[in-house]
Formats: sequence, structure tokens, C-alpha cells
Amino acid sequence: MSSTAERLTAIWEPPRSVYSWFATVDHKRIGMRYLVVSFFFLALGGLDAAFMRMQLARPESHLLTPEAYDQLFTMHGTTMIFWYASPMLSGFGNYLVPLMIGSRDMAFPRLNAFSFWTYLLSGMIHYIGITRGIAPHAGWFAYAPLTSSAYSPGYNTEFYTLALLFLAISTTAGAINFIATILTMRAPGMSLNRMPLMMWSTLTTSASIVMSLPALTAALVFLELDRRYGFHFYDPVRGGAPLLWQHLFWLFGHPWVYIIILPATGMVSMMLPTFSRRRIIGYDFVAMATVSTGLIGFGVWAHHMFATGIPHLAEGFFSAASMTVSIPSAVQIFAWLATLWAARRVERTTSMLFIVGFIVLFVIGGISGVMVASVPFDWQAHDTYFVVAHLHYVLIGMNLFPVIAAFYYWLPKMTGRMLDERLGRWNFWIMFIGMNITFFPMHILGLRGMPRRIYTYPGGLGWDRLNLIETWGAYLFALGVLLFIINVVRSQFSGAAAGSNPWKAAGLEWSVSSPPPPYNFVVIPTVASRDPLWDGHNEVGHPREERLLDESKETLGTSVLDAEPDRRLPMPEDTLLPLLLAVAITIVFLGLLFRSMLLGGGGLVAALLLTAGWMWPSNDREVTT
Amino acid sequence: MMPAPVTALFQSLTRQASGGRPSTQHTAGPAADAIARLGVGMIITAAIVFAVVMVLLVWPIIRGGSTSEDAPRVIDERRWEFRWIVVGGALVPMLILAGVFVFSLGIMRADGVPSSPYEVEVIGHQWWWEVRYPANGFVTANEIHIPVGRPVRIHLRSADVIHSFWVPQLQGKTDAITGQVNETWLQANRPGVYRGECAEFCGLQHAHMSFVVVADAQGDYDAWVANQVRPAAVPTDSSALMGQKVFLSQSCSYCHTVRGTPAGARVGPDLTHLASRRTLGAGALDNSRGNLAAWIENPDRLKPGTKMPPVPLDGATLQALVAYLETLR
Repeated sequence: MSSTAERLTAIWEPPRSVYSWFATVDHKRIGMRYLVVSFFFLALGGLDAAFMRMQLARPESHLLTPEAYDQLFTMHGTTMIFWYASPMLSGFGNYLVPLMIGSRDMAFPRLNAFSFWTYLLSGMIHYIGITRGIAPHAGWFAYAPLTSSAYSPGYNTEFYTLALLFLAISTTAGAINFIATILTMRAPGMSLNRMPLMMWSTLTTSASIVMSLPALTAALVFLELDRRYGFHFYDPVRGGAPLLWQHLFWLFGHPWVYIIILPATGMVSMMLPTFSRRRIIGYDFVAMATVSTGLIGFGVWAHHMFATGIPHLAEGFFSAASMTVSIPSAVQIFAWLATLWAARRVERTTSMLFIVGFIVLFVIGGISGVMVASVPFDWQAHDTYFVVAHLHYVLIGMNLFPVIAAFYYWLPKMTGRMLDERLGRWNFWIMFIGMNITFFPMHILGLRGMPRRIYTYPGGLGWDRLNLIETWGAYLFALGVLLFIINVVRSQFSGAAAGSNPWKAAGLEWSVSSPPPPYNFVVIPTVASRDPLWDGHNEVGHPREERLLDESKETLGTSVLDAEPDRRLPMPEDTLLPLLLAVAITIVFLGLLFRSMLLGGGGLVAALLLTAGWMWPSNDREVTT
Repeated sequence: MMPAPVTALFQSLTRQASGGRPSTQHTAGPAADAIARLGVGMIITAAIVFAVVMVLLVWPIIRGGSTSEDAPRVIDERRWEFRWIVVGGALVPMLILAGVFVFSLGIMRADGVPSSPYEVEVIGHQWWWEVRYPANGFVTANEIHIPVGRPVRIHLRSADVIHSFWVPQLQGKTDAITGQVNETWLQANRPGVYRGECAEFCGLQHAHMSFVVVADAQGDYDAWVANQVRPAAVPTDSSALMGQKVFLSQSCSYCHTVRGTPAGARVGPDLTHLASRRTLGAGALDNSRGNLAAWIENPDRLKPGTKMPPVPLDGATLQALVAYLETLR
């Protein structure tokens, strides 16, 4: 066996070189980069919010100009939703999906590298504006006609439109990659109904991305055509409709909410049974709840538009759909609760604390979600701080808390070092208390009539004290996040060695060393149940050739439903093509941004040539055996 | 509908020391009353659901138990799935949601715009509200008077971007959308001054786009209308007369109307009865002599981004102009 490992190392081990750093197509390195970069964007978005809270701490404050405040709240929203929440989950997905399904890489490793580079570069384009005080300033929702060239002349809105169009390329490519990987590369025996629950959520999310992003892309293209070429999709004076933007935006935007929480609930369904020391109760229910959340998520978008004067009948329908979508969430929560109750004892690790915190915040955010799904209540609560409270309970509670739990749980797998549990407890309690001090009072502020997106407010309306409390809460929350960063950095120097399975968990990713070898699995494993490391299933006899794959860089392709081995998948070597193509597309977008035919045209030609080079058929790459 | 002590407790959470605070819980009209009751009902339900789930969540975490080395408990998973997931996770939430939905639908149906002889057109501008009384033929700004106890239909339009018309104590919000007329209605059951706000982000001064709804007893309302209908009085004292000349000769009349004078532009608010209004700049400032002078001199300093340009005048001229504007009662 060791000779197999040596051969695989020779084939898969990347050379330590600058070239390899730029050219890598290894899902683990790419996943790690996603995690680092999206955490960086989380910090940037948090910084935006810290300035906003400073401004709102007192009434009639003049720390920030209205223009600065508008840019900050816009950047905060877009950064958190597009460049943090979804890419962070892509990071975990990239790193973990192949390990969880017993594969050696993603289906399209080069496309994976391309997704990462376009993600990074689009984020940089998005942030150019703020360095010159011309960042987007019409909110992350960018309602027409406030974004038209009449009301938003200049570059501000261009950064928003073009950076998002660019990012959509990255996100779509990433989603397709996840779908192909999960459907065709699972270890033999891992039929669909034995997949780890995180695969169900990643699959649902990826399908939602592929189906919902085109609505955003269309909305953005229409906006650019309006702004630059005198089209009038959103201009009512010439027969356009401002509400078209809202329909398109939320047709994308609401599925997106589930896109940034479902992978996180999937991760919880992996972690929680580990700490309960038993398999999850209601696997089928959780899997189906995940898929149906994704589906129903497409039928709720107009609940963002209850005040726009759409017919009451339509409002009733969207209200019902919005309440219905909370049922699969309740199903998931009760599956977790049942699992906890069925446990002999629940291990109170930091990860588990963050999961408990997540469920608490999920319940609060879910309940306030049902409240705003009620049409008359929403007429009052819409566009107030009540909704700000709701959405932060949903996004921080259901994205950030599971993400931190996942770091405590899987970072030892990725780096081989445990995070400190004592510091972890401080980390949890400070974040949890800070979160609630910051956002719970916002419910009350909303009911007291404080609208969203105002850069200042008059004193004496009953808003002053709660705003001050929230600002202190926000700093406490930031301190909690800082403790997490300290814990991660410290662990790399003094963290205890993790070993291959520190939590005695059931998933395939825990069967390999920490950090995993470059080829992940010496032999592609076989799977006989939903919890491979708990079922006592042993590999018997010598693995067949198709699971050894130690002659060239290959992994195993299997059938969609039953995961029967059906072909060998050759995996690509390191290449600069993904990076170069991403740079070429960046140049196209810079050309569009600065209206330079030379840049745009040059970038386009380069991009086409690089794509041709990428697609060029080569004889030594056989696809099937 | 709710037990009185519960309602009182909840109102104390959103307590107001004095009138004029825009709370959705301290309501003064039938539409907002109904929604506030719905809100209290939902919050009580929410608190119960939350408490139950918290007990179910926290107990298994804190209860301790035997060591983790033991084999998992043997349980009948099918039965657990049925009890916890089918009943607890699906059926019970469905019942609660159905209740919330039916109550909401009832309030929604009751909220249709009633027929009424009182109609007001409200037009959102960046960043102020134009208020028209078509039946009486006058226009004002940022201040809507309604008779107590009578429903008033509001026709909403926008002159530029999307705004949202909201008087928390009286009614939920309705957007004022470019190229579209939306309808809503207001009714106050007791006299008072109710703060209203723009609730849709509409650019730089979204924060300073408030207005007031003044609910008057019928007699006061009729008197107010009678006064608004009148054109501006011709000033009598010399300073105000000079101010009127300034008004008509300077840039003021390019944007503003004062009925009874040649100034008839519709870009900015109608100033015919400016001095009768409570605030300047859509709630940015109280309407006082000093504020008025400061506003004219440099509106952008007081409301950055406002569309009104600064009007450079020497001290005496400015004083005269303010004196004239103060006669516009």
C-alpha cells in the first residue's frame, strides 16, 4: 500500500513554486483560498457596519456625510451577501465535498480555479470605488429608477452593476462544478440516499444558483442598457416599469437567501449528529426539507413588494407561500432537536455551542420572518429596523454562526491543528451576546417607526437609547469575531495535533490524515451506509484497479443514482489558463467600466483566445475507459 | 381582543413620553389599530413558540448523561420521526401558520380603500412631499390636514424615484412609484399631530423626508381649508413689501409658487401659506425666523444634497425676504 501512496504522491504532490501557487487546480488549496478571501470580505463588510453604527450611535450625528453613509450601507450589504456569505460556503464546499464523497478532486478542477480567480478579481473591482469616494450608493437592492443615469450619474452604480455581472460568472461556474461533482463522482456505494446531508444542501443550492442568477444578470444588463444606450426598461416615461427591476431582483434575491443558508444548515446536519454520538433522526425528512426549501424559495419573491400596490390576491398568494417555506425549516429544526433528545449525552464543544446559538437565532429569525410574511403586519414593518433585525438574525444566525461552528469543526482537518476550546467558549459567548444586544433592540426600533437606510435621525422620537445600546453591542460582537481570528492564528503555532478523526465523526473526510494528502484517498473508498466510519464496514480484499488509479492523475466517475463505478476521470495538471482567462475578463470589465474600446476589445480577444486554448482537444486525455 | 394588561405591557415596550412619536403600537386610527392588535397577537404566539423550542433545545444540552463511549441508545426511529418531525416540525407549525394567515387575510380584506368625499393627492419628490387638495384647488407641502373620524383617500404618485408614504400611527406604508398611481387611506380617531416618513430609500436626503398629518376637529379642519384656499395676502408693512419684491426678482420664483403673485413655478414646494406650516425642508428644521433665514442662505449646509440652491443676499435683503415669507400665513 505504501508504494501506492508514494506513487500517488509523486503524481499529485504540487511542487513548491511560485508557478504552482498561481497555477494550482487543487480543490483543497482553492477551498482554503475561498475561506481566507471571504473572511477578509467579512471583515471589510464588518468595518463598513462599524462606521455606520458609529454614525447612528447618537441622533443628528455629523461623523459621516449622507453620501458616505449611503456608500457604506450599500457596500456593507453587497459585500456581505455576495462576496462573503455565498463564497464562504463555496470555500467549505470546495474543500469538503470531494473528501466527503470519496473523490480526489472536483469534477472540473480548472473551472474551479477560474471560479476562485474571478471571485477575487470581481471583489477587487467592486471595491475600487470606495477608495475614491465613488462607491455604489443606491443600496444592495439598487431600486430603479434611483440607479438610472438621471439620479445616479457617474461611476458609483457602474461598480455595482459590472462587479456583480462579473461575479455571476464565477458563481455560476462554481455551482455547475458542484452539481457535476456530487452527481457523478461519489464513492462506489454512496447512492443518492446515502449522501451526507451537506451534499443535499450543496446540490439544492447549486441548482438554485443556476436557476436564479439569470434573473439578476438580466436585470443588470437591462440597467446597463438603460444607463448607457438610452434603452428604457425601467423608465416609465417611455413605457418602461420600475417594478420590473423589483420583480427580477427579488426573483433572484429571495432564492439567494436560501442559497446562503442551506449549505450552512447542511453543515449543521453533519456536525450535530457527531456531538450527539448518533446518526441524525429523519435523514429523509431533512433531505426533502432542504430540496423543498430551495423549490418554494422561488415562489416567495413578491413578499418584498407588499407596499408597492400589487393586487391583494397576489399578496395573499405570496404571503401563503412565504409562510409555507418556514415549514421545511421547522422540519429541519425538529430533526435536530429529536437527534439531541435521542443522544445519551451531547458533547458541549465550541462547535456545538455555535450550533445551539445558531438554532436560537434561527428560531428568532424564522418567527420574525413569519411575522413579516403577514401582509398587514408587513405594511407597518416593511423598510423599518424590524426588517433589519429579521434579516440579520437570519443571515448572522443561519450563515455566520454555522460557519464559525464549521471552522471549529473542520479547520483541524484542514490544518491538522485544533482550535483552543477555552478561548472558543469566550469567542462564542461574546459573539452571541453581542449579536443579541446589537440586533434584538432593532425589532423594537422598527415597531417604534424607525425607517431603514437613514443616515441620521432626530432625537426625542424614542430611538436614541436603543441606538446607542446597539452600537455598543456591535463593538462587542466585533470583539467576538476578533477572538475567533486570534484563536485561528494561535492554533497554527500552538494548537494540539488533530489526528485524523478528533471528533470521532462518521464522514469519509475523517478517514484520511489531517491535513489530507494531496490525492485525498490512497484507494477510492467504498460506502455501505450513510455513516461510513460508524458502520463497521471494512474494505475487504485487494481494491480493484478502478479504485486504485495510481498510474496517472485520475479519479473515479460513478453513476448518478447508485454510484456504480462507470469511468475513470483524468484530472488536469496545474495550469495558468484559469488565472489568465480571469485576468482577461477583468480587462473586459475594466474596459466596460471606463468605456475604453481598446481595453474592452483587447480583453475580449484575449479571453476568446484563452478559451480556445483551454478547449483545444488533446489526444492524451481520454475521457472514458 | 387582547387582554388589556398584555396590551398595556406591550405598549410600555414601545412607550412614548409625548405625542408625535411615530410608533406603530401607539396608534390613533382604525387601520393601524387593527395591525397593532395583529402584531401583539403574533408576538405573544411567537414568545410561546420560542419558549417551547428553547426548552426542547437547551434541556438535552445541559442535562449531562452517561459517557460518550456508550453505544447509541436503541430507539424506534420511525416513531421518533413521526412525533418530532411530522407532528412537531410540520403539523403544529402548519396549524399556527394557518391561524396567522387567516387573521392576516381578514385584516387585509378589511383594509380596502373606503369611499370618501375627502381626497388628497400626495406626490413624492426628492426630498419633500407635495400635497394637493383637488376638490379645494390648493397645493401645500409636507403637511396634510384631515378631519378627525373621517376616512381620507390618498392618491400617491412620484415625481422622480420611488418613495414610500408612511404614517405609523395611522396606517401601514404604501409606495409612491414613478409612473404609477397607488391608493391608500388615512383615518385618525382623535385630534393630533402624527409624524409621517418616507420609508423607501430615495437618495441622499431620505433621512429628511418626513411630514406631518394633522387631524383636526371638523370646525378646525374647515377653517384650515378656508385659509389654504385663499391666495397670499398682499403685505402691508414696508419691510415685507420689499421682501416680496426680492422674492419676485430673485431666483425664488423660478421654482416656487405664491398664489396671488406672478410666482407660479412648480419645481419646489408651494409657499402660499408657508408660515402656517410646522417645519422647513420636509422636517429638517422647525419653521422659525432664524431657521428660515439660515435655510435661504445655504440650504445645503442644513440638508446636504437638497435641490434648492443657496440664495446669496445681503443681510438687510435677507431680513426683508424673511419678513415677507412670515406674512404667508
